[in-house]
Order: sequence, then C-alpha cells, then structure tokens
Amino acid sequence: MREISYAAAMSEALREEMERDESVFLIGEDIGSVREAEDLFAEFRRRRVWQTPISESGFTGLAVGAAAVGLRPVVEIMYCDFVTVAMDQICNQAAKLNLMSGGQVKVPLVIRTPAGCGTREGAHHSQSLEAWFVHTPGLKVAMPSTPYDAKGLLKSAIRDDAPVVYIQHRLLHPQTQQVPEGEWLVSLGVAEVKREGTDLTLVAVSYAVIKALAAAEALKDEVSIEVLDPRTLVPLDHETILASVLKTGRLLVVHEAPERGGVGAEIVRRVVETGVDFLKAPPRVLGGADSPMPYSPPLEDACIPQVADIIRVVREMLAWGAHRPSGAWQGRVRV
Amino acid sequence: MPDRDLQIGLLRRMYRIRFFEERLKRFYNYHGYFAMASPDQEAKTADELLTCVSYEFASDGMIGGAVHLSIGEEAVPVGVCANLNDDDAVLSTHRSHGHFLAKGGDVKAALAELMGRATGCSRGRGGSMHLFDPRITFLGGNGIVGGGIPIALGPAFAAKYRGTQQVSVGFFGDGAANQGTFHESLNLAALWKLPVIFVCENNLYANVTPFAISFPTADIAPRAEGYGIPGVVVDGQDVLAVYGAAEEAVRRARAGAGPTLIEAKTYRFEGHCGVSSGHQNPHECAEWRKRDPIGLFEQRLLAEGIVIQGELEKLREEVLVEIDEAEEFARASALPTAGDG
Repeated sequence: MREISYAAAMSEALREEMERDESVFLIGEDIGSVREAEDLFAEFRRRRVWQTPISESGFTGLAVGAAAVGLRPVVEIMYCDFVTVAMDQICNQAAKLNLMSGGQVKVPLVIRTPAGCGTREGAHHSQSLEAWFVHTPGLKVAMPSTPYDAKGLLKSAIRDDAPVVYIQHRLLHPQTQQVPEGEWLVSLGVAEVKREGTDLTLVAVSYAVIKALAAAEALKDEVSIEVLDPRTLVPLDHETILASVLKTGRLLVVHEAPERGGVGAEIVRRVVETGVDFLKAPPRVLGGADSPMPYSPPLEDACIPQVADIIRVVREMLAWGAHRPSGAWQGRVRV
Repeated sequence: MPDRDLQIGLLRRMYRIRFFEERLKRFYNYHGYFAMASPDQEAKTADELLTCVSYEFASDGMIGGAVHLSIGEEAVPVGVCANLNDDDAVLSTHRSHGHFLAKGGDVKAALAELMGRATGCSRGRGGSMHLFDPRITFLGGNGIVGGGIPIALGPAFAAKYRGTQQVSVGFFGDGAANQGTFHESLNLAALWKLPVIFVCENNLYANVTPFAISFPTADIAPRAEGYGIPGVVVDGQDVLAVYGAAEEAVRRARAGAGPTLIEAKTYRFEGHCGVSSGHQNPHECAEWRKRDPIGLFEQRLLAEGIVIQGELEKLREEVLVEIDEAEEFARASALPTAGDG
C-alpha cells in the first residue's frame, strides 16, 4: 500500500491506459502547464497529448470523430462550466451517434472535467453540471470521490465503448488515500457503502461524500447513518441504494448541484417508486441553492450544503412524526 | 481530365441522386406522415388506445419528418467523392442524400432508411438526416448546422495519429460557415495540418435567409487565408470543375500539406425542406435551372463525343431500374420493432 492523491491517481490511470492502448490520447487546453497531467505531457507530448487552442467545440468534435473511427480520446474540459460551449458535440453528437447509426458507430470517448465550488472562483468556474448529462440518454456519468475510485473509474471509462462524462470535484484533487500498487478497475454502475448504519441512508455525490462522512461521525452517538457513494450516476446502482433504504427506512441525498431538477430528485423518485412502504420519514434532498454561484466566501459557503446542514436535516428526519420539520433549508441565502 | 469511364461514373452518380430524390416526392407528405395514427381508428377503451397506433401507409405518406432535397446540387458531392476511397471519411449535413449516394452508399438501404425500415442504412434509427454507413466511412448526416465540421477533423486526426493515408471530407452549407465550429475547425486543421477537405456548398440560402444578408463578403473561400490554407471558389454546377478542385485538395491532404477549403457555388432547385413547396425565389431559381449540373454535363459529353444520346438514355434507364428496385426493397422491408436492439 502507498498513499497517493486523487490527482496523482488520475494521472496514473491515464499513464497506464496510454501505455496499454495506443489508441488512447489526451486532448484539451493548457494540458502542459496545469494540474496533474504535467508529467504526462513531457513523456507523451509528441503524439499522445494534444494541447489545443481555446476551441472546446472544435476539439471535442474532433475527438468524437476520432472515436467514431476507433481511437479512444480523453477530452479535458478545463472547467465543467466550459462544457456549455461544447454541449452540441457532447449531447447532440457523441451521445447520439450510436443510436442514429443503428448501433454501427461507437464513440469510446471520455470527457473529463473538474467541477464544483469551494475555491472562490465565481459563477463561471464553480458549477456542478452532472444533472445535464444524467438527463441526456447516450452518456454515462462518473463522479469519483476518492483516489482509489478516481483511478479505477477513469480506467473503466477509457475502456468503455460509450461516451463517459467524468466529473472530478476540484477540492478532491489534493485528497490522499492509501491505495494498492499496480492497476485496478472500478466498474461503472457499482455504488459503495462508505460507512454502514441502520437508521438513515445518506447518499452523497462527489465531494459531498466527505461532508456526509463527517456528519455521520459527528452524529454517531445519536444515530447510525449508512453513507453510500453511487460513484457513477449513469448507470446508477439503484439496487444498492434501495437495499439500504429498505433497511434504514430513511433517505437523504446530498449534492452540491442545485436541488431543482437535480440528481437527488431522481434518486428519491426511484426509491419512492419501489420502496415507499418502507419509508419512516419523507425522503429529503439537500443540494445547492437556487442561485448562480456568488463569489464572496460567506455567500459561496451558504449556497452549498455544509456538514452542519446535513446534521440539521438528519435530526429533522429523525424527529419526523414527533414534530414536523421546519421545511425550508435555513442555510439557503438570497444573493 | 478524368477518363471516359470515370466521366460516365460521375454522370451515373448524379442521375442516381436526382432520380432518388425525385422518387421521394411520391412518398412524402409532411402533413400525413407515417408515424401518425390512422385517423379513422378511434379507440373506445383503454386497451384499444394502447394498440390503435397504425402503421398502414398512405401512398403519399411513407416518409416522415423533414426531408432536405439536394436537387440541383448533385455535381458537388459527386465531383468531390469521386476522389475518395471507401476508407476516406465523409461527414455530411441535414441535406445528406447526395453525399451518401455519391460516396457509394446503397440506394436500397437509403430509401429503406427514409421509410423507417429495419433494413435501412441506420436500421431505421436515423432517418433522412442521419444516414450512416461505416463500411464506406460515411459517418453520418447531421441535424445541427455546423455540427459535423469538427467531427470531420476526427478521422483526419486518426489518420495522422496512426500514420495512415486516409483523408476526411466535411460537407456543410453557407449557413454553417457562420457557425463557430467552422472557424474552430479550420484553425485546428490548419494548425495540425490535418488531411481534411472542407467543402462548403454555397447554395445562397441558409434555410430561407439569403446569402446577401448573412455575409459581408461575396465569397466564403477567402476566409481560408486567415488560417493560412488554400481557399478556392469553384463552379458547383460543373462536375469536372468540382472534381478537379477536390483532386488537388485530396492530393495535398494525402501529401501531408494540410487542409483546403473549397467553396462550391451551387443552388437547390427545391425549397429548403419538403418536396412540394418549391423554391422561395422562383425567378432566381428559374435562372439557375438553366445551369442544371446534369444537363450541363450531358451536353458536354455529347459535344465532346464521349457519349451518344442513346447511351445517355440507356444509363438513365439503368439508374431508374435501381430506384425501382430500391423502392420495391424498401416497401417490402419490415419496420423495426422496439426492443430489437
């Protein structure tokens, strides 16, 4: 075992997959000068790493076409927010080529992009946009929360024949973990129980997993919380989530993206459709505020669920039936 | 100058596109297309409601949705694609029938696709704007204006990456030349000397918006200068002129010298979409019809003694038989069923 960071884990995955398969290449902006790809750039610069002009639609489309003829591009979109300018290529082209061609054309493409807030970068550099991709048939969506999963899921995504949007929360990049030597894969569509519990199922996405575990630990003398990380949102490991809820009778989903139309609502929908009889309290979603992300630190912090918010909602859910919960999330701000 | 066989081949492919699209007129009725339930079937109960959707075709409604004809523009895809091998890629547009057939796509599979059949080139999943055939590296029409241009870079990139000799052609219209993807793609292709040929079919209308109110210049081709690549204007009604321009662009691409932008001045003789609406500017259209690419080429072949009239008639007859057979095939083919993968 050895300790590596989330960023280093992704870099290892890329290196191993590039060494393993000649068809894998990396393409995106500023790859040579930023983040974990730095060492890759020197090693593979000549042929395997393509540093592009600022043309997200252009190079994403190039990657779609290259994938359609058998290469395995890994496209780097520098900030998740910038996918907006490549959305046609991702959602209309990459996601649909397989269906439109009657299954004849495969698009083995990875779009990897840092997302999320916490680095005080304002409304154009802070978003968690996974719900858009979850809503687009033809795409898979991975959101690893640990170095182990970051490496294993990126490798699986590269080997997958469908386009995979791989979203990495930027606050996770420096997080470290003890991991094995060598290579491993994490399958798309397999959730992980991060902490076992009996009273409440807490499903957390990406960086929210860290906050969920902190809340569960803080509440350990009051309530036994089971923390689940779905790891991929498409495919979603509904069975594992449902099995947990059948056991605990309570479901809370936490993510940084806005609640409205979000992944939490989708997870709750699926649980309610099949497991409503087992619920001891209404399922809840704790997500981001209904606001573009403001810049100022106290405002940014107020716009996303914090550990204290999770603790408060868990207590409300446990008290349900004894007295009605307050309803509105008190951390929500007007900005 | 292409040899006789090649010239006859060019004419045959132009006939194929023209006769194919003329034939579509028999089956296309935008207001009564096939996915709609038959109006005389009224469901009385919930169970009937679940089963009453009818796919019994009216004779004029076998093709659904939007169909964009390229009648009048045939010389462009035919002249370009005659320079390509099966493993050279083509990325097409919403007006894709001509590109598909010019690249060597199967007439039966194309008509079956338009009729939504399981035997269609995209197994009934694509429709008019999404014809595909990976065997001839025809990587699809596209419903998004300008959407296919960057994708055309991909196969060219793959050839360069693998060290192989294929080229890639991206067709698009004048409307797409004002999309950002056009500029991003020209820049990337020029920067990396990708073996791609950008073919702008300038038919003077972006949907119904005239060229003159969309462009500040008379031509699109000079935009290539900004990216340091050749930009050539060619008469899109003259199949040999198109062939020659594409021949040079393909030669250059295969030699590793990078992309070329070809602007073919052409005109569609029908409306933007559908088959019965006619062109929005009938007077202008009548003038352009005098320069029908098929008529011009026939006259040239006759004048140069390359063919005699009887041979033209025989060639037309052969192509019409192909279209008849395609129609028979498509009509006889089954619709796909949900869940057949």
